[in-house]
Amino acid sequence: MAKRIDVKDLNLFYGKFHAVDGVTLSVPPRNVTAFIGPSGCGKSTVLRSLNRMHEVIPGARAEGEVLLDGEDIYASSVDPVSVRRTIGMVFQRPNPFPTMSIRDNVVAGLKLAGVRDKKKLDEVAERALRGANLWAEVKDRLNKPGGGLSGGQQQRLCIARAIAVQPDVLLMDEPCSALDPISTLAIEDLITELKKDYTIVIVTHNMQQAARVSDQTAFFNLLGVGQPGRLIEIDDTEKIFSNPTEKATEDYISGRFG
Amino acid sequence: MESRPHDPRPPSADQPAKVIVRPGDRIFSGLAKSAGILIVVMIAAIGVFLLAQAVPSLIANKANFLFSREWVAGDPTNLSFGVLDLLLVTVFSSIFALIIAMPISLGIALFLTQYAPRRLARPFAYVIDLLAAVPSIIYGLWGAVVLAPTLEPVTGWLNSVFGWLFLFETGNVDRSIGQTIFTAGIVLAVMLLPIITAISREVFERTPTMQIEGALALGATRWEVVRTTVLPFGKAGYISASMLGLGRALGETIAVMIILATTSRTFGWSLFDGGDTIASKIARAAAEFNDPRSAGAYIAAGLVLFLLTFVVNAIARSFIVGKKEYE
Ligand SMILES: Nc1ncnc2c1ncn2[C@@H]1O[C@H](COP(=O)(O)OP(=O)(O)OP(=O)(O)O)[C@@H](O)[C@H]1O
Ligand SMILES: [Mg+2]
Repeated sequence: MAKRIDVKDLNLFYGKFHAVDGVTLSVPPRNVTAFIGPSGCGKSTVLRSLNRMHEVIPGARAEGEVLLDGEDIYASSVDPVSVRRTIGMVFQRPNPFPTMSIRDNVVAGLKLAGVRDKKKLDEVAERALRGANLWAEVKDRLNKPGGGLSGGQQQRLCIARAIAVQPDVLLMDEPCSALDPISTLAIEDLITELKKDYTIVIVTHNMQQAARVSDQTAFFNLLGVGQPGRLIEIDDTEKIFSNPTEKATEDYISGRFG
Repeated sequence: MESRPHDPRPPSADQPAKVIVRPGDRIFSGLAKSAGILIVVMIAAIGVFLLAQAVPSLIANKANFLFSREWVAGDPTNLSFGVLDLLLVTVFSSIFALIIAMPISLGIALFLTQYAPRRLARPFAYVIDLLAAVPSIIYGLWGAVVLAPTLEPVTGWLNSVFGWLFLFETGNVDRSIGQTIFTAGIVLAVMLLPIITAISREVFERTPTMQIEGALALGATRWEVVRTTVLPFGKAGYISASMLGLGRALGETIAVMIILATTSRTFGWSLFDGGDTIASKIARAAAEFNDPRSAGAYIAAGLVLFLLTFVVNAIARSFIVGKKEYE
């Protein structure tokens, strides 16, 4: 369960394009870290490199180290598939498997890992759905397709799917950007809950959200068009929002930007 | 609704706003409409014409058209023809071809979309598409001249080991020459490959990236991604592609005609049978068409084939209709 992440001098590329330059940061276990910054500065790119999803894009590659409790997930002996099994991810747009039933969606990861025992799967499905605050809404239609839920429910289904495998880390890329304020609050509460068990990294464009849910905040920025994105500073969320070290951070947070 | 700058009147509830139709739209819509009507009228006319030709022969027919297995249509005063044997050979050979072509096409389409590096996938897909452009007479020649003799050891082995099964029984023509449904079916399968592959490939390619990434992020291997996202998404398209291919196989004429040996014996459900499909029978008899009564018999058989392919195509489309992700 909950492991720490240490990123060391990470450079990320899309083909020849240098998207992110030299990121170094640490995320302690049972902690929520928020990534903020203007569009295109590389937040999603960095997030996706933390579970080796970056490289699934043709031509994309990463240089540097990402240590999960001290072990480099980019070491040549490491299988990216097993990395993704221990680091869960929730995407910006909910993406349940539309034809699969709600239950099968939740246990999809376990099934991939080879769990076949029906009783165990049912137990996990219930636990994960409760954990994602979705159980009450779907318990009577677990066998209906996951595509039939509302957007907010689908996103919580995706969270349930991600936590069903009890990952070491949970990555979330703007998980609330497609949701209404009530679903957003539900998911923010959920993040606070999940923090007890998981290490969480969340990308958000919503400053209040970052301030509400995160313990530390990382601010990324672009120095210019065509330049790689950089990590400007990372610090306790309170400090970033009240008294950041860098002027760029302060400008961005106070809306005086660009 | 968008506002129209040249129509300042506010739309009122009791008086519907006047719809402005631009001349270009009117001309195009008129053209499209008349072209559509023309096609429907032409198809209907052809159908009526064929039916009118077939009916006198069917009335004069001494055998049961649907259930008789003999075909005597040369003498207009003594017509005795039934379509059953032709129909069975047609369906049997086409389904045999489909059974071979479906898994291979699926494999190729998955390989091209999911596994092959881009550099390889493009030329490979191009070659497959090229297969569709080869004229069927060439396939027929290849089947009859090259494939038929080459298959002899294989068919001999199948016949001796699995001869107890009706499919591999000694058939009604000489197996060693290879002019059998077995050979014809394999050639048909090769002809279906590019059709089924091309359509399946396009459907598989459209699997939403979000879903693929969702599976990958759960720790799915390439194959597991295919199983959890690509196949469920593309299933309907693949089945529909196969049905379209089946329609093509049912109507294939010249290749089958060149390959199959004719026989007076009836079809016995063996792959080593010869005989004729509806289409090849009609093509072979083209010389008899100088008499309208004889021709009518073949036209009646042709109508059965038309009906069959129509139904198969309708089934193929029904798989896609209502799947909005393909629209
Ligand atoms: N698939 C891709 N191929 C090529 N370049 C990409 C790809 N995805 C992102 N990029 C580029 O990498 C840079 C960083 O993109 P990224 O998506 O990480 O930004 P972001 O900070 O998440 O932005 P947003 O807030 O809009 O989501 C951008 O310049 C973007 O154009
Ligand atoms: Mg992003």
